Amino acid sequence: MDLNDLYRDVIVDHNRSPRNRGRLPQASRHAQGDNPLCGDRLRLDVDLDGDVVRDLRFEGSGCAISTASASLMSEAVKGRTRTEVAALFDAVHAMLTGGGGDAARLGKLAALAGVAEFPARVKCASLCWHTLNAALAGSAQPVTTE
Amino acid sequence: MAAVREPLAPLDVARIRADFPVLSRRIHGHPLAYLDNAASAQQPTAVIDAVADYARCHHANVHRGVHTLSQEATALYEGAREKVRRFVNGASPAEIIFVRGTTEAINLVAQSHGRARLAPGDEIVVSELEHHSNIVPWQLLAAQTGARLRVAPIDRRGVVDFDAYRRLLGPRTRIVALAHVSNALGTVLPLPDFIGPARERGITTVIDGAQAVPHLPVDVQALGCDFYAFSAHKMYGPTGIGVLYAREAVLAAMPPWQGGGDMILTVSFQGSTWNHLPHRFEAGTPNVGGAVGLGAAIDYLERMGRARVAAHEQDLLEHATARLTTIDGLTVVGTAPVKSSLVSFAIEGVHPHDLGTVLDARGIAVRTGHHCAMPVMEFFGVPATTRASFALYNTREEVDVLHDGLVDAIRMLR
Repeated sequence: MDLNDLYRDVIVDHNRSPRNRGRLPQASRHAQGDNPLCGDRLRLDVDLDGDVVRDLRFEGSGCAISTASASLMSEAVKGRTRTEVAALFDAVHAMLTGGGGDAARLGKLAALAGVAEFPARVKCASLCWHTLNAALAGSAQPVTTE
Repeated sequence: MAAVREPLAPLDVARIRADFPVLSRRIHGHPLAYLDNAASAQQPTAVIDAVADYARCHHANVHRGVHTLSQEATALYEGAREKVRRFVNGASPAEIIFVRGTTEAINLVAQSHGRARLAPGDEIVVSELEHHSNIVPWQLLAAQTGARLRVAPIDRRGVVDFDAYRRLLGPRTRIVALAHVSNALGTVLPLPDFIGPARERGITTVIDGAQAVPHLPVDVQALGCDFYAFSAHKMYGPTGIGVLYAREAVLAAMPPWQGGGDMILTVSFQGSTWNHLPHRFEAGTPNVGGAVGLGAAIDYLERMGRARVAAHEQDLLEHATARLTTIDGLTVVGTAPVKSSLVSFAIEGVHPHDLGTVLDARGIAVRTGHHCAMPVMEFFGVPATTRASFALYNTREEVDVLHDGLVDAIRMLR
């Protein structure tokens, strides 16, 4: 168990200076993700242009893993179609649960690969992705990974 | 409080540590520093052996058979009850009900005593620092009866505002439910002050003692409370067993809670009659092994000397408070003048869950989260805290290891 594998420089950087943090009041899709047991809260605004994620912002409070994961996700999905986002979700999910994942597809998201060694933290990294799914599906129900 | 007369020679912590097999474990290559005792304490060999010996040599159902094993099991079970009675100074073993834990004890009081007593518009008073297990059963009861739940506030130190509490006690107050010691903040309530005015008004007093019994001597008769609940696993005993102390006069007037075997004298389809106390409130085959383990834990704790344990734990609290408050950006959450041996804290720029993971990699077990006290987190404006809670086997060196781990975590994450 190597902490440096979990808290890689990219993760620490994205936690210190999260990208795309804030609100998009004009966005067409919104979703709320809560992990009440650990107190993580995430609010996601997604500006969907037809089938393409034109822009998105997140805000909330969470640990370094959940903040960095949301920040990395926001960069990775911008400009992607829903189909591409779904394929990314699958690749991230496979990576977080120890299944490897498609490295070429993952790109910078591969920085989260170390999470698989820390089962208690998988839900931190995956909360933003489930919240994004809910936003794209137009679900009004808050999601949780607990 | 019970008078404790024992020599105050310091605890031989090295010897005590040898009594707890798990403490010799290494976690991720480091010696285990177990600082999550307020969640659940570890068990000494004496407890582990007592439970195993019961299973190996004496197990049978209780209060039923004339055969030898059943008589032995019954004697062990009732012997444990008598140990508990002495431990909290109950007036009679009829006042000691074995339950699964503090949560079940409070639910029992709410559903039996509470439902029989409350009418629409009546009031239940709790404090703002309660554990969820001393909030939710009363919310359920309030919804069932039309009663109202009222909350005595805390101040920035985590001390319950006594004047506000006293003002809440009115003509409709029927039940007061309070923690003896806060699990999230460590605050020790001056219980006699709080129980007194409730008793004068004939209000039922229910005390959640889960965080108190491992650390303080408890004398229920001196306190004058109607109910006092605690769990074995926070005082070096097994999980799944706990105690509801109930004053006999109150208990005798309560309707049964759960129905089944052992709680009846006779059953017919025309109706049933209820068993004597305390068996009326122990439906079904009880956790005999657990009770035996709790009895062994009481023996162990008393052998170590309650006053010596308390002195050692207070020394750890002082040391931890002094060391941790030197850390840049660390704020202690819960600074009551009288505290149990735990430190809950927040560190600026570092989330508790990241701290928990970094500390675990160094073999340090702490609790991170809301500690089942979400109203407390809301009051202090934090989503979660990190909590180090100490037991009789912890050392100043472990506190130092925690300090160094926190400094490292900050360097890594902030």
